[in-house]
Amino acid sequence: MVNLKINNTPIQVEEGTTILDAAKRLNFRIPTLCNHPDLSVAGNCRVCVVEVKGARLLAASCATPVSEGMEVNTNSEKVRIARKHVLELLLSEHNADCTKCFKNGHCELQELASEYRYGDHIFIDLVKSGDKVLDISSPSITKDASKCIRCQRCVRTCTELQAVSALAVVHKGDHQTISTFLGKPLNDVVCTNCGQCINRCPTGALYERNYIEDVWHAIYDPNKFVVVETAPATRVALGEDLGIETGQRVTGKMVSALRKMGFNKVLDTDFTADLTILEEGTELLTRLKKALVDKDETVKLPMMTSCSPGWVKFQEHIFPELLDNLSTCKSPQQMFGALAKTYYADKINIKAENMVVVSIMPCTAKKFECNRSEMRDSGFKDVDYVLTTRELAMMIKQAGIEFDKLEDESYDNILGESTGAAVIFGTTGGVMEAALRTAYEIITGSEVPFTNLNIKPVRGMEGVKEASIKIKNTKPEWSFLEGVELNVAVAHGLANAKQLMETVSSGKSNYHFIEVMGCPGGCIGGGGQPIPTSAEIRKRRADAIYAEDMGKTIRKSHENPEVVEVYKEYLTQPLGHKSHELLHTHYKVRKRY
Amino acid sequence: MEQKPLKKIDIIFGWDDNCTPIQVVEKSVKKTPESIILDMIDSGLKGRGGAGFPTGLKWKFARNEEADAKYVVCNADEGEPGTFKDREILDRVPEKIFAGMTICAFVVGALEGYIYVRGEYNFMLKTLQQKIDIFNQQLHDLKIDFHIYLRSGSGAYVCGEESALFESMEGKRGEPRNKPPYPTVSGYNGKPTVINNVETLVYTSEICRMGPEQFKALGTHDSRGSKVFSVSGDTPIAGIYELELGMPLKDFVDEFGDGDTKAIQVGGASGHCVPRKKFNDTIIGFEGIPTGGSMMIFNSSRSMYNVLHDYLEFFTEESCGQCTPCRIGCQQLLKGIEAVKKGERPPTYLNDLKRLTATMKIAAKCGLGQSVANPFTSIVDNFREEIIY
Repeated sequence: MVNLKINNTPIQVEEGTTILDAAKRLNFRIPTLCNHPDLSVAGNCRVCVVEVKGARLLAASCATPVSEGMEVNTNSEKVRIARKHVLELLLSEHNADCTKCFKNGHCELQELASEYRYGDHIFIDLVKSGDKVLDISSPSITKDASKCIRCQRCVRTCTELQAVSALAVVHKGDHQTISTFLGKPLNDVVCTNCGQCINRCPTGALYERNYIEDVWHAIYDPNKFVVVETAPATRVALGEDLGIETGQRVTGKMVSALRKMGFNKVLDTDFTADLTILEEGTELLTRLKKALVDKDETVKLPMMTSCSPGWVKFQEHIFPELLDNLSTCKSPQQMFGALAKTYYADKINIKAENMVVVSIMPCTAKKFECNRSEMRDSGFKDVDYVLTTRELAMMIKQAGIEFDKLEDESYDNILGESTGAAVIFGTTGGVMEAALRTAYEIITGSEVPFTNLNIKPVRGMEGVKEASIKIKNTKPEWSFLEGVELNVAVAHGLANAKQLMETVSSGKSNYHFIEVMGCPGGCIGGGGQPIPTSAEIRKRRADAIYAEDMGKTIRKSHENPEVVEVYKEYLTQPLGHKSHELLHTHYKVRKRY
Repeated sequence: MEQKPLKKIDIIFGWDDNCTPIQVVEKSVKKTPESIILDMIDSGLKGRGGAGFPTGLKWKFARNEEADAKYVVCNADEGEPGTFKDREILDRVPEKIFAGMTICAFVVGALEGYIYVRGEYNFMLKTLQQKIDIFNQQLHDLKIDFHIYLRSGSGAYVCGEESALFESMEGKRGEPRNKPPYPTVSGYNGKPTVINNVETLVYTSEICRMGPEQFKALGTHDSRGSKVFSVSGDTPIAGIYELELGMPLKDFVDEFGDGDTKAIQVGGASGHCVPRKKFNDTIIGFEGIPTGGSMMIFNSSRSMYNVLHDYLEFFTEESCGQCTPCRIGCQQLLKGIEAVKKGERPPTYLNDLKRLTATMKIAAKCGLGQSVANPFTSIVDNFREEIIY
């Protein structure tokens, strides 16, 4: 333990604690910009400098460990002047068009500027302009170099958490900037559109390409029938942007708000999550049968989930040799769009060309996904617009809806019913758990051998999780699986996924099925979720997801009555002809940069 | 204040046929590491790269670290404008550098040494490598388990900063690290590393050759020994000179000036500008104005605005760009003096800029940003009219 004084208050902390964290324990807040709890220490913005008695230099509190007898002042005159200079310098370089900025009100630089209220901007304007400043090439992410404060959080996110390295620091001095490979447009490089950089960007230098006006336009158009689908993870996070405590479920309020905003039907992506389990589970069992019984060597195992479009694009760029391992199932969002504009449109007697499908997603990669050329199997663009959880929160505010006062409402039917298995798609391990709940029962006729159906080994925030389930007492048609140990793995965050893929690619793994979610924590930590994010916030969202699952009467996808109905009426059977046409897709090899 | 008259010395480039560098090594490894450290501390040798950290202490710290690997790195990224002495040493007496590195390795327990040469000196790599090969072979023959490797930079000034140099050696972008930890705890590859300037290493081998007494007899209490100076600018005799430390600047001007010397920039672009009126009471040494060796002489035909402008342009370009005070601060200083010159800002704006340099001096991440205040304040304070009008 180390003894020190901060602002004359003694404190004892563990060795290795930073001054910043020690001060936090004494309830002294030190401003930060480059520091982020999910990332390595950078110490480059210098806004967190403090005075240490006897030291010639101010210390970056985020990067300086405490030492015995240290006397720290977090608010001395020297510190205030330095902090003021640092902020003024950043502002001199920053395109402070706050009223036009998408991050207005969610900007850490703006917050600090308003905290310090400097009247006199002493420095000369250095804001960058020109046609290279704004990159709008990506359907998911907009990059505005004129807002960038070079904290490098995005670079560290892309490298450390995602192992993608689409963004890097290039050049030096006044030319130093954050760039893609050779400055190519974001849409032409290895970027997976995961949006994790957005979640950590302290300013408006990175934000989602927003489609708010397009969606309002569609809602106001009397000739359009606008249906909205909501992803599992949005309901446990939306409240954070609307004044509700982290970890609160707001499903009913969200449905109510969407209805009040004027969507014609409020439906649930959870419905197609259940459907995904039927399709993907059947695909897995089919692959196992081909591999184990037919000895078909062309069948690729382990099979990997394909719900996360950031992950899918990552595979297309980085592990093209494993593309055949990806399940051919479309993501729940795209299954929804394809069914909405065919089966559902027929059912409710609306022409598909007049239907607009909007999806509310915790994700920015979904914006890219809905624009993929493969995603037009209904004959139209299956999903027209994707809004992030954040965009929805903005629209709710724009509509003047007092969210916290709303009464809970239920989804419309059909395509609105879901099970607990679908809800847990929103967190890492959830798809695996849902798939196992169904697959095990298909094979054996009995429930998975875990208390309350809760498959604990695949839950939690460990980067890569593994589990094995011994299959016993199979039904006659699945007897080839009797005694087989089904080996599964779950990874979240692309750096963890990469590590897992390297073992798979080297042929050293014995997995049958792998779930990967592109974002840390899965969709609850998605790039479209409310900002800020941290391990603690993600855990509370995940807890809410599991609570939602426990609250559902039906907790196994194959028991979703609407799913049973859609097979009976339309799709006939999983992997059937119609399924292939509407619910499955293929992938393409992309460049490695 | 203690001072010594200007005196030319011949230690660095001198050659003793009876005790060649490899013979110094042979002799030194028969001593104990502790006794060598004591000799270094006793000699009073401080780092010759500019920062002036006591060499013996640095070696001691590295020796005291427990690690599975340690390294010795020779900093030959001689990037300070106006400095060209390391180039001369690398060219003329590289064996003395190798010897210093080997003795250091023996003291701290390192098996590998690296010479990091600035990108602009690539023309000498081939010859240098040949000489390293010969030396490595001699070490091998003496059964001394140490090997020297050569590395080249790519032309970034900031890579002369030791932790940025390690990053560069590791194949990363050359950006300074947070300190602590210091190199003797975590340097190259995160291992304890001694990083010394070229000239420092030569002095260490010379101290081993001649003993600390002879070295210590030179210089003043705070600045022991001699130092190699790179003399440039308005002088009829530009070049490399080894001089005893502790001389008054006046002696230096009398020796090297052209009779019309207006100012001397001591220590390169990141050093201090001394005007004529202060020549008499300025001592060259750690108690006065320290220098990595660069002495730029300006006569009255020079515009000090242009001099400062050039320096600021240099720093604006050579800042690595990661920390705010340095990246944006340098740009503001440059644009600021331009604005004052053009009359777009009042002369009092220089005071705002001086306050900014005071922040840069204590809040920038590394020595680069911290030292921009030196030329700025010393030129603005002494030549304010030239900046404004």
